[in-house]
Amino acid sequence: MVKVGIPRGLFYYYFFPLWCDFFHNLGAEVVLSQPTNKKILNRGVSLAVDEACLPVKLFYGHVVDLADKVDYLFLPRLVSTAQKEYICPKFMGLPDMIKAADIKLPHLIEVDFDLSKTEKAAQKAAVTMGSYLTNSRIKIRKAWHLARFSQQQYELLLEKGQSPMQALELWTGERDYCHEEQQETERPVLGLLGHGYNIYDRHISMDIIQRLHKQGARVVTAENIPDAIIENEAAKLPKRMFWTLGKRQIGAALHLMKRPDIKGIIHVASFGCGPDSLVGELVERYIRRAGTMPFLFLTIDEHTGEAGLVTRLEAFWDMIVRRDTLCQ
Amino acid sequence: MPITVPRMGYIHIPIKAMLEHVGLEVIVPPLCSRRTLSLGTQHSPESACLPLKINLGNYLEAREIGADTILMAGGLGPCRFGYYAQVQREILYDLGIDMKMVVLEPPDTSFSDLMYDVRTLANGKSWPTIIKAVQLAWYKARAIDLAEIKLQQIRPREKSQGGADRIFDKAVVEIEQVDNRNDIYAAAHRAMADMGELPQKTEFQPVKIAVVGEIYTILEPFVNLDMERHLGRMGAEVSRSVYLSEWINDHIFRGIIPIKSNKRLRKLAKPYLNHFVGGHGWETVGGTVDYAQQGFDGVIQLAPLTCMPEIVAQTILPRVSKDHGIPVMSIYVDEQTGKAGLVTRLEAFVDLIYRQKYAQTGVM
Repeated sequence: MVKVGIPRGLFYYYFFPLWCDFFHNLGAEVVLSQPTNKKILNRGVSLAVDEACLPVKLFYGHVVDLADKVDYLFLPRLVSTAQKEYICPKFMGLPDMIKAADIKLPHLIEVDFDLSKTEKAAQKAAVTMGSYLTNSRIKIRKAWHLARFSQQQYELLLEKGQSPMQALELWTGERDYCHEEQQETERPVLGLLGHGYNIYDRHISMDIIQRLHKQGARVVTAENIPDAIIENEAAKLPKRMFWTLGKRQIGAALHLMKRPDIKGIIHVASFGCGPDSLVGELVERYIRRAGTMPFLFLTIDEHTGEAGLVTRLEAFWDMIVRRDTLCQ
Repeated sequence: MPITVPRMGYIHIPIKAMLEHVGLEVIVPPLCSRRTLSLGTQHSPESACLPLKINLGNYLEAREIGADTILMAGGLGPCRFGYYAQVQREILYDLGIDMKMVVLEPPDTSFSDLMYDVRTLANGKSWPTIIKAVQLAWYKARAIDLAEIKLQQIRPREKSQGGADRIFDKAVVEIEQVDNRNDIYAAAHRAMADMGELPQKTEFQPVKIAVVGEIYTILEPFVNLDMERHLGRMGAEVSRSVYLSEWINDHIFRGIIPIKSNKRLRKLAKPYLNHFVGGHGWETVGGTVDYAQQGFDGVIQLAPLTCMPEIVAQTILPRVSKDHGIPVMSIYVDEQTGKAGLVTRLEAFVDLIYRQKYAQTGVM
């Protein structure tokens, strides 16, 4: 069976069900890199330029982890996933960046995803992706159709409040059924903003979601909020936000700010994240202006120590609990 | 409503000429200085790229001398520049500074939006007047560039340093003041002739160094700490991948004027970088290939710290450098960059190139 490798980084957290099922439907075995660990991170950091952001450095590590284990490495160029929107310039250059590094790569499955002009480009991209494995257009079309269904299922699970880590475990086979998360409604709820590849990666986010759970909070992330709400909120900006993930952050922030059950908002960004340097600034200014919501901005990079992060989370949480009891 | 525009090299000269021609009052911010930087940095997001911070400092300083409207460009991403004006507006709002911000967006939903902006600015002046104003701006931008290209050639060759710079500075002032085509170009050509007559070192062969990278850091001497002047004095003839007039021709006139265009650099960037990455990342990679093919001795990539498109380019440049046998150095600038550190790095780079060059020719 042909082995197709997918690095467990960057867009894995957004599109893995789609890609995994697509290749699987075409008869390939999908191989994921290991969950992030110190070795993978260190390898990535040593290969990437210093100025790159943490998730990009980490991605190099995941690529190396897969490089000698698979026949094909799936390395798409994600230009845009929605009309008139982009992700980040680094995503647009990623395949070229990886190829310029000193890594012995297997065959690459290269494809451009550029939906900035038309949604139909996705179908075309699917044909390109699939043609590495089969010549049959019909098979490819069918596989893509089924894979899109899986992706929709995944997004539904997230909207129901599942964390992406749990939902993704279904597709990676690390879990075989999806149990409903215990909804303890009386626990205070925190909004957690940040790019999926930072906050859902247990290693580099230092398991921030679990940590908040243990402290006694429920966590809502942008992925748990239906797209329609996010679109609606983001449309209130004076200028359309052209970064897909940035739009999601700011739409979620504007929504969470107004929700009476949300007690505070935490924004996690990697150091040097271009879009977040502006999006985070806007989020912070809007929240400050409203003056009702505690806000914590955390920057992480490969040097971030656990103790520092924990201290800040604990202090933030103490403040929220105290504020909550004082208000009652 | 006195209008101000952010500074970027000499861009304020053509813009001022254009706006004044359609009857607007323009207040140019003072030259970028430590104060501009400190004002801007104080109020900007910490990890934003440097141009945003300096722009903000420009606005605050222009405000002090009477400006109440800002003219700024927009963009459609993915580079951060497209969202600058939005963030800057919020910062000014929170500072309680009441300045109107006019953002010229490239045609997004409709072309008429953009036309409307221009007409609004021009107080409904007739189209011939507007066209005349645009032409005037073009002549000034082009004249300054022609004189500056000559300056870059003379700097390493002149016997007593600083003479060419003085002639150039005088010409810029003159170009700013006159307002018809003949006088503008006459000023530039006179300066070029004067520079040519300066006493020059006859035996000396300067090394050729190209500066590529992000447009703002390349064009604004304050943020690159006058890099070109330093390189010139170290004996390097400098060429840069972006000249203002070429950029205007490529992006605003859609390349209708037959001068050097940067569009071809995108083709040269293949196979190293096969896609647009926002900003000037693509042109940086292509520019490096281009300069290597032209026989330049070294390339310096210049960008603001955390610049996303330039990080992509930086990652790829070592491979270009190896394949084309041309030394490449990447320099990022931010509010912490110091002159001594930068000059030391430039000296080391120029020194390395001299040694390499003379080792090849067998002189050393």
